[in-house]
Amino acid sequence: MEFFTLLISSILVNNFVLSKFLGVCPFLGVSKNVHTAMGMSAAVTLVMTIAALVAAIVNTYILVPYDMGYLQTLSFIVIIASLVQILEVVLQKLSPPLYQALGIFLPLITTNCAVLGVAVLNVQNNLSILMSTWYGFSSGLGFSLALLLFSSIRERLDLANPPKSFEGVPIALIAAGILAMIFMGFSGLV
Amino acid sequence: MIAPLLFMAGIGLLLGITIALANIFFSVKTDPRIEEVEDMLPGANCGGCGFAGCNAFAKAVVLDAVEPQKCPVCSKEEAENIASHMGMSVEFDTPYVALVKCCGDNSDSPERALYNGVTDCSAALLVAGATKSCQHGCLGMATCARACPFNAIEIDEKRHIAIVHPELCVGCGKCVSVCPRNLIDMVPKSAPVHILCSSPEKAVLQKKACSKGCIGCRKCSKLDPESIKMDGFLAVMDYDNYSTNTEIIDVCPVHCIYPSLEEK
Repeated sequence: MEFFTLLISSILVNNFVLSKFLGVCPFLGVSKNVHTAMGMSAAVTLVMTIAALVAAIVNTYILVPYDMGYLQTLSFIVIIASLVQILEVVLQKLSPPLYQALGIFLPLITTNCAVLGVAVLNVQNNLSILMSTWYGFSSGLGFSLALLLFSSIRERLDLANPPKSFEGVPIALIAAGILAMIFMGFSGLV
Repeated sequence: MIAPLLFMAGIGLLLGITIALANIFFSVKTDPRIEEVEDMLPGANCGGCGFAGCNAFAKAVVLDAVEPQKCPVCSKEEAENIASHMGMSVEFDTPYVALVKCCGDNSDSPERALYNGVTDCSAALLVAGATKSCQHGCLGMATCARACPFNAIEIDEKRHIAIVHPELCVGCGKCVSVCPRNLIDMVPKSAPVHILCSSPEKAVLQKKACSKGCIGCRKCSKLDPESIKMDGFLAVMDYDNYSTNTEIIDVCPVHCIYPSLEEK
């Protein structure tokens, strides 16, 4: 039950993009069409899950016992960056089609604040290693949901005929705001 | 003090070794030419070619035989180097620049009246055919300059005439369609002489309208009949077979033939 609650909570209620405002850069940058948005979503979910797992292990077995909590941010960034590098190399060998599909997005995730956010929030909320991984995965799903919704909205916005001064980014930002407000409606759910 | 240092050094070392190992165990044999071509590219990673980056472009060059000169940052030599490395041949398109075919400023072709409306050629033209004496000349109200995405067209504010800077013009042709008097043509950058008049009026009327207008005396077309054709009372350069004879500049009695694109 706890797992289910965390899943619903991180997808709908505490959505990373729409209520925590983490990972807004790819949310606006790679949402121009649904196809690339799907690639990005998959890459982010994958990296978030693995990063949450490894960061939780490092935190539980090294940082906490030796009282070095202040190194969290620093070590997490190093871990995430290297993880993405390793993942890229491994994927290229084991699954060239997936590597092709993720393409340029994989290295871009290195500096995605949502990934670091998951790792840090896990520590703040005192989650166990298993729950941390689950939280990373479900947050990734939440990010994917927001990105896919927003990219399909933007595809339609391209065809719409807004006032001249709202064309392009302004109308997209307004749409993002409305989407975030809609997600506020889920706040009583969990 | 020592513990955090050791920890960070250790984690860095560990991850570094892991990446190195992953690189060894999961190495993928790629076409070595891709890396070679990538090294020869400027490495700006700008995406100006339409690919995701220099690596993607190098891949496209090697695997899909995309022409190296598609890279906008590559100099001519660099593109040639890559092409010869790949055993391809390069063909560069003739570079074109915009040319405003009018050289009569407001001292040559005086204003007929005072125009106080919107500063835009199309708008001015709606009011009794604009105020310039010549009914075919450049109005200098920057309609073309505003259309230019590269700021290559300058309007001389005092002389009311548009000047194209060939070193900034990339030949996109956006200005050609916006000129309400159809004065702008795309011409080969290498052409050394240009006839800067578009008025087909007879000499008598032309003299009244503009002191620099072509009067149809045929002096230039006699010197170079191959490339300069007469269209009524107007000498027209055939840019498929343009003249390289700079003597025609001096024979023009009204001085509407200019050597370079810059000064007029």
